[in-house]
Amino acid sequence: MAEETKKPKRERIPRTPMREENPQERVCSFTEVPLGYSVEEAMREASRCLVCKKPKCVEGCPVGIDIPGFLSKVREGDFQEAANILHDMNALPAICGRVCPQEEQCEARCIEGFKHDPVAIGNIEKFVADWERANGGTPIPPPAPPTGFKIGVVGSGPAGLTVAGDLVKLGHDVTIFEALHRPAGVLAYGIPEFRMPRLIVNSEIDYIRKLGVKFEYDVIIGVTITVDELFEQGFHAIFIGTGAGLPKMMNVPGENFAGVYSANEFLTRVNLMGASNFPENDTPIRDSQHTVVVGGGNTAMDSARVARRVSKAKVTLVYRRSEEELPARKEEVHHAMQEGIDFRLLNNPVEVLGNKAGEVIGIRCIKMELGEPGPDGRRRPVPMKGSEWEMECDTVIVAIGNSPNPIIPRTTPGLEVTKWGTIVADEETGKTTRDGVWAGGDIVSGAATVIRAMGAGRKAAKAINEYLQTLPKP
Amino acid sequence: MSEFKIHECNLLAENIHEYWVEAPLIAVKHHAGQFVIVRSHDHGERIPLTVVGTDKERGLIRLIVQAAGKSTIEMAELKAGDHFIDVVGPLGMATHIHNWGTMIAIAGGLGAAPLLPIIKAAKEAGNEVCGIIGARSKNLMILEDEFRDICDELRICTDDGTYGDKGLVTDELQKWHDEGKHFDQAIIVGPIMMMKFTALLTKKLEIPAMASLNPIMVDGTGMCGACRVTVHGETKFACVDGPEFDAHGVDFDELNLRNQAYRKQEKKAVEAWEAHRCNIGLTKGAN
Ligand SMILES: Cc1cc2nc3c(=O)[nH]c(=O)nc-3n(C[C@H](O)[C@H](O)[C@H](O)COP(=O)(O)OP(=O)(O)OC[C@H]3O[C@@H](n4cnc5c(N)ncnc54)[C@H](O)[C@@H]3O)c2cc1C
Ligand SMILES: Cc1cc2nc3c(=O)[nH]c(=O)nc-3n(C[C@H](O)[C@H](O)[C@H](O)COP(=O)(O)OP(=O)(O)OC[C@H]3O[C@@H](n4cnc5c(N)ncnc54)[C@H](O)[C@@H]3O)c2cc1C
Ligand code: SF4
Ligand code: SF4
Ligand code: FES
Repeated sequence: MAEETKKPKRERIPRTPMREENPQERVCSFTEVPLGYSVEEAMREASRCLVCKKPKCVEGCPVGIDIPGFLSKVREGDFQEAANILHDMNALPAICGRVCPQEEQCEARCIEGFKHDPVAIGNIEKFVADWERANGGTPIPPPAPPTGFKIGVVGSGPAGLTVAGDLVKLGHDVTIFEALHRPAGVLAYGIPEFRMPRLIVNSEIDYIRKLGVKFEYDVIIGVTITVDELFEQGFHAIFIGTGAGLPKMMNVPGENFAGVYSANEFLTRVNLMGASNFPENDTPIRDSQHTVVVGGGNTAMDSARVARRVSKAKVTLVYRRSEEELPARKEEVHHAMQEGIDFRLLNNPVEVLGNKAGEVIGIRCIKMELGEPGPDGRRRPVPMKGSEWEMECDTVIVAIGNSPNPIIPRTTPGLEVTKWGTIVADEETGKTTRDGVWAGGDIVSGAATVIRAMGAGRKAAKAINEYLQTLPKP
Repeated sequence: MSEFKIHECNLLAENIHEYWVEAPLIAVKHHAGQFVIVRSHDHGERIPLTVVGTDKERGLIRLIVQAAGKSTIEMAELKAGDHFIDVVGPLGMATHIHNWGTMIAIAGGLGAAPLLPIIKAAKEAGNEVCGIIGARSKNLMILEDEFRDICDELRICTDDGTYGDKGLVTDELQKWHDEGKHFDQAIIVGPIMMMKFTALLTKKLEIPAMASLNPIMVDGTGMCGACRVTVHGETKFACVDGPEFDAHGVDFDELNLRNQAYRKQEKKAVEAWEAHRCNIGLTKGAN
């Protein structure tokens, strides 16, 4: 055995590319774009890992997954053990493998990546999670003895799901309250099927339900029931994971013409309400010949690619900085370009043009150049005087960011918020300024990532459990 | 999935149905002016509907729905014992009820339904409540008796003169004003163009006025911005900032155009639905 664990003398293997659906065909459907690794591909790619003594990749992962550990198991073909290692730190590996911005996180720090291409950690993570699901799913642990403590979790996004899963495993009685009619937050209404198949989201939800978590849909905490009332009903602790679901608009003239969507509305219509199957599903979406998407993040890429699939017509993306600064995952930008989205970088809309019927007929943009770096270190886009130009379009999707959901802060006394509307919470524990209330995910950090929301959920679950131990036994 | 049982169901007028729905959490929380979002089946749209009344003891809310398009036509076929699969709320801001003095409630058509809880609350707050209900025709007039019970004085008009005075609610308001009646506050609910012209008249007559708006909505919680309306030049989200706004500041023309954004699709949906009903051997209005 000792020889086997010794670092093998390696010949260099190039990074294993991910096979993908053909761009011409995939824009006609919502099937997942990356096809996933085969067993051989996953093992070969995992064998590229140097199993570093001080693995930098782990520092890059917000939840500190034992990356060399799970990659070693994959190399050996022990996929179940690899899955177990992932589960130690990550409640939703099938999701993170798909949506983490690996090139900024784990893979950005990979030692192998300094000289060559980094190990494809995300692709292998996805492989392991998919393998586990195809082979019986994550085993459900035997239920822990009930503690009698009741915990309310507000919001069923990645943060809430993680908290709920962790606490129910310890024997606590956990209920998730969700405002919408379906669970999973942005994973359900925001991120489209071709990036996050419903099957996968549903199987994660199923797992959490089988652990014993109860789901209450159509309940808006702060409106249908307040946080105070939850305490009165006997809940011992409450976690708030309500996300950053409020769309920012551009505040330019013409923004209320029919045909201007926020990305949230557009994506919700298609992903949550199934508008691409209108009229079988009752929620409609516009027929469009040319859609212009404004923004450069994941939300903008998703909107553009969904628009391409829904309208099967032209889609243009307008972003005020250059390609380098696009905040979206590299893979999504690449996929969007493959799918024929026309990128108009270094441009910013100044007005949406409409006709007498109140419908969008075009957009006026101004060219931008990059000036001095701003306080965030990124070069600031500056409009170029006199460079306005117009293009015709019939739909505009505004994807320039989301702000925190204000319902809970507005209705919960004693909960301190920042001037940006995020809830003030301890970085390590998620504890808020109100006793018995924790918070995490986008509602604390502002719009961020799935893995950060999950990480915050993990920490809060631990802190909540510790807090419950200080209470008298119910 | 949660289930919201229809406890009772009545036909109030042509194509206008009343439902009492089991939704105990909403029944205790509801204030005048608020609404719910309803879905009647798993392929359904999220439909905003005003909570017209509550029976807190029995945990019921009252909805009054006009069959306007596919979803509401389909809803009209539900009977007592059936379920809505989703009812969420209460949404929106409650009406800011004050003791204004004399209040004039002006309803156009189905607008009488959303107005009912508001005049009830206004009356309880000590206001003198005057009412005008206008409808296209006698067979579309709803809630007259309940208005009569609450209002100190009620006037009725129809476009075609089949009931009450012949004319529009604006004619009625002008007449009442000309008779020397003073109003301290108006509340206007009805079709968008009716609200637009009534708002203009109240402005001319210097009566402060609120209008309850009905833009297209999706989530109803501030998440999507579908419900954007312009009030005094500013964009507001009607589901969280409203649905009531200063009628003198609302851009009704914009609202009207925005609400027609899916006209083509709505027509297609009704046609597809009727074709489907023919195929399965039902015809329109078979029950
Ligand atoms: C289109 C899009 C694409 C994205 N792509 C990526 C990506 O590729 N990679 C990545 O890492 N991140 C991505 N993100 C960001 C990521 O999805 C979020 O950071 C993450 O979902 C935040 O999780 P959360 O649990 O904090 O909140 P959310 O996922 O926002 O969930 C919050 C939930 O709470 C519910 N809720 C809100 N208020 C209440 C209330 N009062 N009562 C009850 N329920 C309530 C909401 O309905 C929602 O279901 C994307 C985001 C969007 C919008
Ligand atoms: C706050 C609020 C309270 C409401 N209260 C009531 C009520 O108590 N009773 C009632 O009968 N109706 C009410 N409505 C209107 C009701 O929601 C619409 O009639 C319904 O959504 C139409 O759906 P449909 O598929 O049957 O018709 P569609 O075919 O979709 O449309 C028919 C007509 O309704 C308008 N419309 C479409 N979708 C919406 C929408 N989501 N919201 C508003 N209007 C829409 C369209 O402009 C069109 O003119 C309310 C709307 C709002 C916003
Ligand atoms: S969770 Fe995300 S950051 Fe961490 S290892 Fe997996 S893909 Fe990388
Ligand atoms: S840094 Fe790269 S090579 Fe080193 S352990 Fe992590 S994945 Fe393997
Ligand atoms: S309906 Fe979505 S924000 Fe108002």
